[in-house]
Formats: sequence, C-alpha cells, structure tokens
Amino acid sequence: MQVEPAQTILDPAVNESRGGDGAPMIELSGAWDIRALESRAQRLKLHLAREAADPGKHWDLSGIQRLDHIGALLIWQAWGKHRPARLALAPAQEIFFSNLDAASAAMAAPPRDFLAPVRALGAAMLLLQEHVLGMVQLTGQIMIDSVGLVRHPLRGPWREISASLFRVGAQALSITALVGFLIGIVLSYLSSEQLKAVGANVFIVNILGIGIIRELGPVITAVLVAGRSGSAITAQLGVMRVTEELDALSVMGIPHTVRLILPKIVALSFAMPLLILWTSAVALVGGAISAEMQLGISVPNFIKSLPLAVPVFNLWLAMGKGVVFGALIALTACHYGLRVQPNTESLGIGTTNSVVTSITVVIIADAIFAVMFADIGITLL
Amino acid sequence: MTPAIEVEGLWTQFGDHVVHRDLNLSVMPGEVVSLVGGSGSGKTTLMRQMLGLETPTRGTVKVFGIPLQDADAATLKKIRKRWGVLFQEGALYSALSVLDNIALPLRELRSFDEEFIRDMVMLKLDMVGIERRHASKMPADLSGGMIKRIALARALVLEPELVFLDEPTAGLDPDRSESFVSLIQQLHRELNLTVVMVTHDLDTLVSLSDKIAVLAEQRVIVYGTLAEAIAVQHPFIFTFFLGERGLRALSAVSAAAKLAGKGHGAVSGASKQPPV
Repeated sequence: MQVEPAQTILDPAVNESRGGDGAPMIELSGAWDIRALESRAQRLKLHLAREAADPGKHWDLSGIQRLDHIGALLIWQAWGKHRPARLALAPAQEIFFSNLDAASAAMAAPPRDFLAPVRALGAAMLLLQEHVLGMVQLTGQIMIDSVGLVRHPLRGPWREISASLFRVGAQALSITALVGFLIGIVLSYLSSEQLKAVGANVFIVNILGIGIIRELGPVITAVLVAGRSGSAITAQLGVMRVTEELDALSVMGIPHTVRLILPKIVALSFAMPLLILWTSAVALVGGAISAEMQLGISVPNFIKSLPLAVPVFNLWLAMGKGVVFGALIALTACHYGLRVQPNTESLGIGTTNSVVTSITVVIIADAIFAVMFADIGITLL
Repeated sequence: MTPAIEVEGLWTQFGDHVVHRDLNLSVMPGEVVSLVGGSGSGKTTLMRQMLGLETPTRGTVKVFGIPLQDADAATLKKIRKRWGVLFQEGALYSALSVLDNIALPLRELRSFDEEFIRDMVMLKLDMVGIERRHASKMPADLSGGMIKRIALARALVLEPELVFLDEPTAGLDPDRSESFVSLIQQLHRELNLTVVMVTHDLDTLVSLSDKIAVLAEQRVIVYGTLAEAIAVQHPFIFTFFLGERGLRALSAVSAAAKLAGKGHGAVSGASKQPPV
C-alpha cells in the first residue's frame, strides 16, 4: 500500500448506517482506485449491486480517500448506470461522475448479415481476380521494362542485379548443398534397400540420376529459394511500402519495377538454374556415397555410368525449369510485396501468402513440365 | 514529498560519444515538465531511460522513489502500471481495433469483466473526444490526429499518475494540435497528472509546461519556468526562444493571455518582448 505523509490510505470499504432521517445510508470509504480495486473488483461489484437493489438508500461517497474513473465506473455500474436519487459527493469527485453521466448508451451491435457467406464467396472471387490481374499487369510491365533494358543496356540496373545475384545465388549455396546432400543420401539409402531385395543393384544410378536431375533437384531448390529469397523479397518490398520508400521512388520519377523488381526477376532467373545444377550435383554425390556403402557400387563407377543412364536432355530440362521457377518465384514475391498495406499485420500475411503461393505455383509449373516432356529424355532399358 | 522522477548523476555514453554528463533532474508530482534541446541533445534517450527502455551508463533514475535499475521484475511491473506513455507515432497495435487497443492494458489485469472494460473504453474515448462509432475501426483507417488521441486514451486507461508524452503535437495541423494541447491541459487539471514531455513545438511548450528543462552541453543547463529559462544567456536558448519563430510563439501566447484576462505565470517574461 502507498503511504502518504498526511494519512494512511485504507482498503475500499462499504459501511451501512442510518442517516439523519432514519433512511438506510451506504458509506463508502478507503481507496477506490485501480491499485486498490485490481484484486477486489468482482467482490466489491457484487456487494455494491446488492446494496443498490434498494433505490431508497442514501449514498455517501465523501469518505472516499482516493477515487478514479475505474472506481467511479464500478460504483456507477452497480447503480444501474444512473445516479441514485440521494447521493452525497465530495466536490473533487464530481468530475468523475459527470464524465460518466455524459456517457450515453453503449454502441448498438451491428445487425446480423444473413448474406455473409455469399458476400464472402464473392469477395474471395474478386480477390482472386485482383491477384490474377495484378500478376498479369506486373508481368506486362516487366516485359516492357525488359525491352527498355535491351534497347538501352547501359542504363540498366546492373548494380542491383549483381547485388541480387549475390544474395539469392551465392549466399544460398551452403543451405542448398546441405539439404541436397541429405536428400541424396536418404533417397539412395531407401532405394538400395528395395533394389537389394530384387537384385537390381545397378539401377540405383538410373533412379538417382533421373530422379534427382530431372525432378527432385529443381523442385527442392525452388522450395528452398521460395522460402529463403521469396520471403525476403516480399518483406523488403512490404517494408518499403510501409515506410513510403516506394512512393519516394515514384515521385523521383524512378519506376520501381525497373529498380526493384526487374533486378530480382533477372537475378533469380539466372541464379536458379545454377543453384539447381549445384544442388543436384551435391545430391548425386551424397547418393553415390550412400550407394557405395549400401550396395558396394564405387563412386567412380557410379559417375562413369551416370551419362549412360541419364540422357543429356534431362540436364537441359532442369535448367529450363530453373529459369521458369526463378522467374515465377520472383514475380509472386514481388506481387505480394507490392500489395502489402502500410501496417504490420498485412506484412506478415503478405509474406506467408507469398511463400505458400510461390511454392504452389512452382509445383503446378513442374506438373506442366512433366506432362509436356513426358516421353523425352527417359531411356528405357 | 517524494519526487515523481528523480535523475541523479546520470551519464550516457555511446562508445566515445558522451550524450549526458552528470545530469540531474527531479520532477515533483503534479508538475508538467518539458524537455527541450537541439537534435542529438539526448531528450528522447533521457525519456527512454526514465521509462526503463534503456539503461544509463552510470547514475540512477528513480521513478516514484524507486531506482529503476535495481528494481526486480515485480516492482517494475507495478511501476509500469502507474504510468502511461504516448509515443510519437501513437504506436497503436495495427492488428487490433481501437476498442481492443484501449482495452488491452485493462484486459491484462484480468480483474474486470468485459462489460466494465467496454464502458471504460467508451468513457476514455469520450474523454479524448473521439466518437464512439470509431471504436470498431482499425488504426490504419484513422487520421494522425485521431491516432494520437486514441493512443492518449490507451495511455490513460489505467489511471496513471505519471504520463510521458513524446512530441505530443508533432504531425498535427495547428488547429488539431491546439485542441490536443487543451485536451492535455484539461486532463492534467482533472486527473492531477504529472506530465513529462519532449517537444519541439514552442506553442505546446509555452501553453503546457510548468517547468522547462533545457538540455545542452550534455546536461540540463537550466531547469525552471519559461521566464527563468529565457533569462539564461546561452546560444541554444537564444535561437530557440528568441529567434524569429520563438518570439512569434511567445508574443502570440502573451497576447492571447491578455485577451483572456488571465496571465499564465510563465508568460510574464515573454510579454516584455516587443510584439512582432
């Protein structure tokens, strides 16, 4: 409890007595402020409500040592949100209750909307349309900017492209290598168990070669890059929107598609094929090591038979996928980054949506590749 | 009486750069104290140290007589319930509606029911002059002036004894900043608050402060009423108060005080200046 020099502050108390005219009188005393009420609010509220049930009672609040809006509101609510007929207040307490008197009825609840599900569906459709339109517009703008870049190559954003390349490419080498290596080992280990059972040990090269180079390498790299660089791009653009940096670029006459978005798309389209090549190579090394331990196929042997099992076309297909996946991830990330509203919650939602959407888009694109090139590049023995 | 805030022998150093050198300041309950000083004079740092957000290199900061640096978590929590802070940009939680923003400190106490909290929020909205229909809006949909008022309502919801205001009128148009100043004046009168504020705005400074602490040369060069502050010979004080902008603000205030027929204690020094 706080101790003031003049007097000790007492706990809030409710006392009953008889007034001058014999009517029952409720006297409140002690501290009725937040510090004192914090632990006793519910108990005192019930007590006061019991006392206030009889409207004929006198109320004397002048004995209260400390009052604030919390205490005043607690008492006022017990009174049924209006002053009792007979009330004694100290002059300093008047202000708290006059503030409360001015407070009229609380807000009315909004009317129930029976069409809410229909509205929600419509809103979702419109949102989808907005996303598609936004993506198409962004793609178109990037195409126009690319033409400009080709026509005036010296004025292109080369420094930004180089910085982005370093960030999304060079700095991603270690994590993609680690994940690729582990995937290679796991895949090789599991396959060799099966192959050993049917005595088809040599096919480990085919399984790993086709599986990793054609499918797993590109998709795993794309998922990693979407999580790593896609989220970073969305967050960066989003924060630039929040801090009005994008608007600052616009008013200087610098189109942000050229300075910010084009470099990221170019960088990712270049870096992705190289990252895929790197990840696949490391994954194959992991697979080869595991195959040597499990099946006794030596690593040099594995590498020698790789070109026979995997036609070169698969490598080109993987590189092609890399370019497309890179561009798709960058486009999706930029699209969501530009849509961020200037508040913190929108930034979080935008980044999440960006990563989820870009991974989904990559998988869809991969499926399209699989159908288009279904019978090319696979040697049947 | 124990001072609400007492700063003793405070040093702040960032590497080799000394911001505060043996700084002393004490704020008595019920006072409105403004911290002024040039950019980089450490006003905001000093305020953050009073709030316990930063720790000084040396020296003590006592709030309600309790040294913040040595206080344990429970004591700090108690102190933090007794003050309210208005940040420069409002710092409303953008994920929460106006109602939830103001209700947050009350809900954290877990001792009041939802109806009580709702009524309390509405009362605070009335007090800061925001219509109740805005209660369900999100902070992103509000103007700067409304955000400041709502942030003030949030700062006041736990009935603090001490209120910190960081640039309370920055970014408001003159009309709004005028009404914001009178709102703070009224609340100060009604609730008997102790107010510590950082401001660059002379109008706010002149009309609100009981005392002014001028920070320069790494310490408080003068701590007193406006008249006392102006009387000190110092280049910063000269340019800040007696430059063209300063004189304009001071003469406007003294003229207004004459019109209203009530002299603000601090203005008497200013009225000696020739009107511009």
